[in-house]
Amino acid sequence: MRNTFAKAITNLAKKREDIVLLSGDIGNRMFDEFKKVAPNRFFNCGIAEANMMSMAAGMGISNLRPFVYTITPFTTSRCFEQIKIGVAYHQSKVTIVGTGSGLSYAELGPTHHSLDDLGILRTIPSLNIYTPCDSQELEYCINQSILNNGPNYIRIGKKGEKNLSEFEPLSSPIDINWISRGGEIAIIGYGPILSEAASIKNDLKKINKEISILSVIKFSPFDTKVLKSLTKNGIKHLIVLEEHYSSSGLFSKISEIVLKENLKFESIKPFGLEDKFINRLGKQNYMREKFKIDSRSLYNYIVSI
Amino acid sequence: MSTSHQNKHSITLDELENIALKLRKSTIFTSSKAKIPHLGSCLSCMDILVYLYWKELNINPQNFRAHDRDRFILSKGHGAPALYQVLGEIGFFDKELLKSFGENDSFFHEHPPKPGSIPGIEAATGSLGHGLPMALGMALSSKIRGLNFKCYALLSDGECNEGTIWEAAMLASSLRVNNLVAIIDFNKWQATGRSQEIMSLDPLVDKWISFGWQTLEVDGHNFNQLEQAFIKTKKSTQKPTVIVAHTIKGKGISFMEDNNNWHYRTPNESELEAAFTELNNNAL
Repeated sequence: MRNTFAKAITNLAKKREDIVLLSGDIGNRMFDEFKKVAPNRFFNCGIAEANMMSMAAGMGISNLRPFVYTITPFTTSRCFEQIKIGVAYHQSKVTIVGTGSGLSYAELGPTHHSLDDLGILRTIPSLNIYTPCDSQELEYCINQSILNNGPNYIRIGKKGEKNLSEFEPLSSPIDINWISRGGEIAIIGYGPILSEAASIKNDLKKINKEISILSVIKFSPFDTKVLKSLTKNGIKHLIVLEEHYSSSGLFSKISEIVLKENLKFESIKPFGLEDKFINRLGKQNYMREKFKIDSRSLYNYIVSI
Repeated sequence: MSTSHQNKHSITLDELENIALKLRKSTIFTSSKAKIPHLGSCLSCMDILVYLYWKELNINPQNFRAHDRDRFILSKGHGAPALYQVLGEIGFFDKELLKSFGENDSFFHEHPPKPGSIPGIEAATGSLGHGLPMALGMALSSKIRGLNFKCYALLSDGECNEGTIWEAAMLASSLRVNNLVAIIDFNKWQATGRSQEIMSLDPLVDKWISFGWQTLEVDGHNFNQLEQAFIKTKKSTQKPTVIVAHTIKGKGISFMEDNNNWHYRTPNESELEAAFTELNNNAL
């Protein structure tokens, strides 16, 4: 996904004179092409994220379109107030990109895990939050962030994620993308972890179980219409899959909507992380298995319904 | 130039003294009437604000959205009551509007809101340490867009406690942002005590020099010295400039000067009368 970002932002910079890229001392070689295309619009802002975020806010209210890029914890929780006040309150045309989200950098430890970024950012009024699951959705989100003029956050994974869906960018915005349709069980989630859901689809078919998989492309503001339509379309069981704390992520969000709108599902099951710091580390795949948000755990749960 | 307002260069420094005196009065009056604090902080930066708006900034109050206008950010947002008087006096909006200061539903309260509700306000400040980095972003925008406007941020010395000030200082220096000017209202106090005792600010001038800025030191209540310093900011080709302006908190009212109680206190009726008597006598 991060290579897709680098390519997409470079193409944008070729077309638009107002695109500016600010990086917090990472991704240096990744942006070589951007630097060739727009040498005066790339800024390595050093390891000083709060300043970088306010700078971007200042640029965004001076008719530029800055993209702020660094590792998710440093582009979110590190500079929360600069996002809340500088970017969002000013309605500055800034797009914040967090890379290596969730457990992408699992083995780097809790300093580099981002399991709370949506929890804190969803409290900010008017901030658009995008959570693409693959490169195709990411490209769509980048385009949307230009079209919507508003302050944006895009949460991305690392590199090498496979595309999960046939995705044709539509002229009208799409907040929730159907990766597959069918059955009484729907997995709704966001981000690269949806690959865990996509990978069990065929195995389930073999035992005559169909599932729906929905990718939440836009987390905030959340489109409640799709959720409301699910019960009407025969979905009885909802599984909420996320590489984030369930307590402040999508499970929390959906729970609130279900209560408020009085939606009737037979069950809603969180497949996310408990809000605990993780001390014993491992690779991302190992961690997903350990915390039971992997494909096997999903399969076993679905079979048991 | 299209955006410079009339008579900017013809006004004398003596006239500035009278404007500052008048605006001190209205700021103190508002503080007393609407119970608006931070009076000491407002009085310490009043002369700097008056100089900026009457002599320095290239902004036309009648065309305050011009793309090539200079940008001024009151990074020490709690000085807003002084800034509002300045903006009203010079014609960004009808001064009558200031009568709603501090009332429910008014836009005029203790800190500047986001741009759009009060003409002339470029950034919402009040949380310290945001204004200078935002001004840095705007100064870079000026260069990228080829508009050649300058960006000014007025900081308090207490605000220099914030790490983001020094983050911005380092980056502005390495990027050679010579169209950025920071002014520090160095009144030697912050909310609860001497700024030197709380965060060991000294040597403030040497700090900025070592961070790579053109660093100028002036008496922030002396219009002549301010004028000389601002002339020098225009000659810097490689560096951002900081003007360390020595000021007196509560400047102009003897019983408020250098008395930190007036960070939060607002004048009662007899104090208001005493302050006005003093200012009237000074005007003679």
